[in-house]
Amino acid sequence: MEQRKNKTFVDKTWDFFASVRLAIIIFALISLTSIIGTILEQQAEPAKNIQVLTKIFGESLAPSMYSIFEKLGFMDMYHSWWFMALLILFSINIIICSLDRLPRIWKIVKEPIGPLTEEKIKKFTINREIALKGKPDKVKNAVTSAIKSAGFNYTESKQDNGYQFFTQKGNYSRLGVYIAHFSILVILIGAIIGVFFGFKGHLNLPEGSVSDVAYTNSGKTIPLGFDIRCDNFDVEFYGRSDMPKEYRSWLTVIKNGREVLKKSIVVNNPLTYEGITFYQANYGLMSEMIKNGIFKFRIVSGDGKTSDLNLRLGDIFKIPETNISGKIIDFSPALKINDNGQVFTYANQMNNPAVYIDFSESGKHKYSGWLLKRYPETWQLPEGPRVEFIDYWGVEFTGLQVRKDPGVWVVYLGCIAISIGLFVAFFMSHRRLWVRIVEEKNNTRVVIGATSNKNRAALERKIDKIISLLSKKQEGGK
Amino acid sequence: MDSSFFFGISTIAYILAMMIYITYLAFKKTQIGITATTITIVGFISQTLAIILRWKEFADLSGMGFLRSAPLTNLYESLIFFIWCLILGYLIIEFKFKNRLFGAFVTPVAGLALAFIDLSGMSKEIQPLVPALQSNWLLAHVMMSFIAYAAFSLSFSTGLMYLIVTTEKRNEVSYIFWTVTFGIFVVVLAAMCVDFLTFKVMVKPEEFIKSYMFKTSFLNPSAFVKMLSWILMAVIIFIIWRYGSILKTVIKKFNIGPETLDEITYKSIAIGFPIFTLGGLIFGAIWADQAWGVYWSWDPKETWSLITWFIYAFYLHSRMIKGWRGKKVAIVAVIGFMAVIFTYLGVNLLLSGLHAYGSA
Ligand code: HEM
Repeated sequence: MEQRKNKTFVDKTWDFFASVRLAIIIFALISLTSIIGTILEQQAEPAKNIQVLTKIFGESLAPSMYSIFEKLGFMDMYHSWWFMALLILFSINIIICSLDRLPRIWKIVKEPIGPLTEEKIKKFTINREIALKGKPDKVKNAVTSAIKSAGFNYTESKQDNGYQFFTQKGNYSRLGVYIAHFSILVILIGAIIGVFFGFKGHLNLPEGSVSDVAYTNSGKTIPLGFDIRCDNFDVEFYGRSDMPKEYRSWLTVIKNGREVLKKSIVVNNPLTYEGITFYQANYGLMSEMIKNGIFKFRIVSGDGKTSDLNLRLGDIFKIPETNISGKIIDFSPALKINDNGQVFTYANQMNNPAVYIDFSESGKHKYSGWLLKRYPETWQLPEGPRVEFIDYWGVEFTGLQVRKDPGVWVVYLGCIAISIGLFVAFFMSHRRLWVRIVEEKNNTRVVIGATSNKNRAALERKIDKIISLLSKKQEGGK
Repeated sequence: MDSSFFFGISTIAYILAMMIYITYLAFKKTQIGITATTITIVGFISQTLAIILRWKEFADLSGMGFLRSAPLTNLYESLIFFIWCLILGYLIIEFKFKNRLFGAFVTPVAGLALAFIDLSGMSKEIQPLVPALQSNWLLAHVMMSFIAYAAFSLSFSTGLMYLIVTTEKRNEVSYIFWTVTFGIFVVVLAAMCVDFLTFKVMVKPEEFIKSYMFKTSFLNPSAFVKMLSWILMAVIIFIIWRYGSILKTVIKKFNIGPETLDEITYKSIAIGFPIFTLGGLIFGAIWADQAWGVYWSWDPKETWSLITWFIYAFYLHSRMIKGWRGKKVAIVAVIGFMAVIFTYLGVNLLLSGLHAYGSA
């Protein structure tokens, strides 16, 4: 009592920051403010959130509510000064709290245990007693093998008219909680590194073009330090549906005029070069380019020989070893035929690329028709050769998310550490065990005391196992 | 024999087990209890088989590889997995604590949910995964999240029971809290059943939530029905508040003390929390990082997961503060699970509606 009164200001401040009470207040504050942050759309146009507020508060109150929330920073709350302040307070809390307790915990972890007096052993939350026939030297082996079979190694010490065995296990598990707390700081540091030394940008790269920069969402240009080229982009669909299965971009990295890396990326499998990562984000058709692309055909003649052709709209090509030639008349990115047999374009993406070709033989018109990229059966000519429609190239762009985040490994390191810390904290425990055997009128009394900082019931079961092993032995030895 | 055959068996088994558990509650005969447990185990085994078979059917049909075909791609399938985790968790508790009290509560949930999924014609069609969802991290993320959710739901029910058995007076804050929470739960479940019966729609669950949920009651176009629903809710809550002590007597019959309830609540959270941290938050972040290049973007779903996590951190730490152990932390455990449900359903249901243009 005396001591508490005389606490200095520094002590009080320390206690404040070391308290778990502060921790739960911060938990509550972060949770409650975050709820508002999920109701109000973050970094959105004002109109959006005014509409949200109208739904909650009604027409008349919405504008003033908006300006209140706006002033409080809720329109971009995760970057507001007070949210940062909360996170800093949170970090200080974790640091001071750990510093406050670690020395004591460290002592417990490091402290070797020794034999105890019988009174002390009997004071533990788990304590048992059993009497065995025979002198201590005779039953000693039975006792130690019972301890071993319960999973403990032990230290032995000789005492007056008996022995004592003692052991501890999992003392380091007490540090699990501290690893978990510390890794939260590591994760926060990783996030900060990302904010200060990284960037988030995007880049729309048309097939065949090269860029040495990316753009942030605010429109700033960021030099990459190398060139990135999109060689091709393609969407693969499930069967004949329009459900996309895969978006794939073939990218090449060019540094100082040399191609240094080639990779095709899909969603969930990006390309990284010099710390900058390119993610497949979206794609699109450049409608102004739609007439200027390159048709890639592969002609398979009747005897199986193939030849590749790159052609443009209006071009005429010959089919080898025949007198047949084709003229490219029309193109549709997404062709569909309705019930009346009419042909139309149903989407402005390359969902079903189709090319219309007029075929003639020796200058005389023979037949014409649509060849569809996704439908190989349309490629076959009645005369035997096949005109494979491989791609219509140069009209699509790939939308890349471009990111540099040197902190991400720190974040992941923190994630690994917090997982380990939490698993240790919850699934392991520090157990201590003392077993004393004393001679008593030619018999032996076994006194067991044990303690665990977690999951007492499990340890209790182990101790009961020791007891039952001993009593079985007793009966067997009769 | 295909997966639906085994799903059928497990549905019937769970519903049968429910009846036997209730009989057991009434007569407390050991044989009856053992029968109930056996039937639950039979249900569990056939559900396990059903999930594996379904997984294999998917893999064979879709050709997407075994891992990518995990039956966890939509709400119904994840519900099945959730139920599986729940039954597993229950069986563990029954064996560890040698108490069959929860059986009567868990098996009806499992049986009815499976029956509901069956009735609503859970599409056996294979839903191909769009590119962003083709990730093993996502699979691990979903699976572990549901294991954690199952653990949290156990802590919710034991937390609620703790409050039921420890509160005395009707004007006590904890008493009011549990009766209102319980009342809202009952009403929401009832309202969903009514929606389902009224519309009898066989739509995808996502669509059901978006377009039909609460349309017969709280979101009814008619202002009168809307008001009536709210009044009905108030009445039901009042009745539960008025006669809450009946529930208390029922639970007390089971010789399950508040300490045990508190222990199960803590243990479930102690299991759920690390799994949720790793699977729910970390694997989710890794997936987002690989797919979009941002491991954390503060989108509502992510933020609500984080809120859930903070509430459970609140629970764990408030247990260490003097005077909080007992009713106060039980309230936190209950609130934690409400955040889980909100993360899972509410974000899609309420927040996306709020953010949508043009909907009143
Ligand atoms: C979100 C951040 C945090 C997480 C995930 C976390 C996690 C944990 C966990 C899992 C435990 C073990 C609980 C148990 O065994 O029941 C624990 C214990 C503890 N935490 Fe935290 N914690 C966080 C923040 C904090 C903060 C800010 C403080 C600051 C005071 C704090 C102080 C403590 C203390 C004093 C213990 C008890 C340690 C012991 O038993 O020796 N925690 N924490």
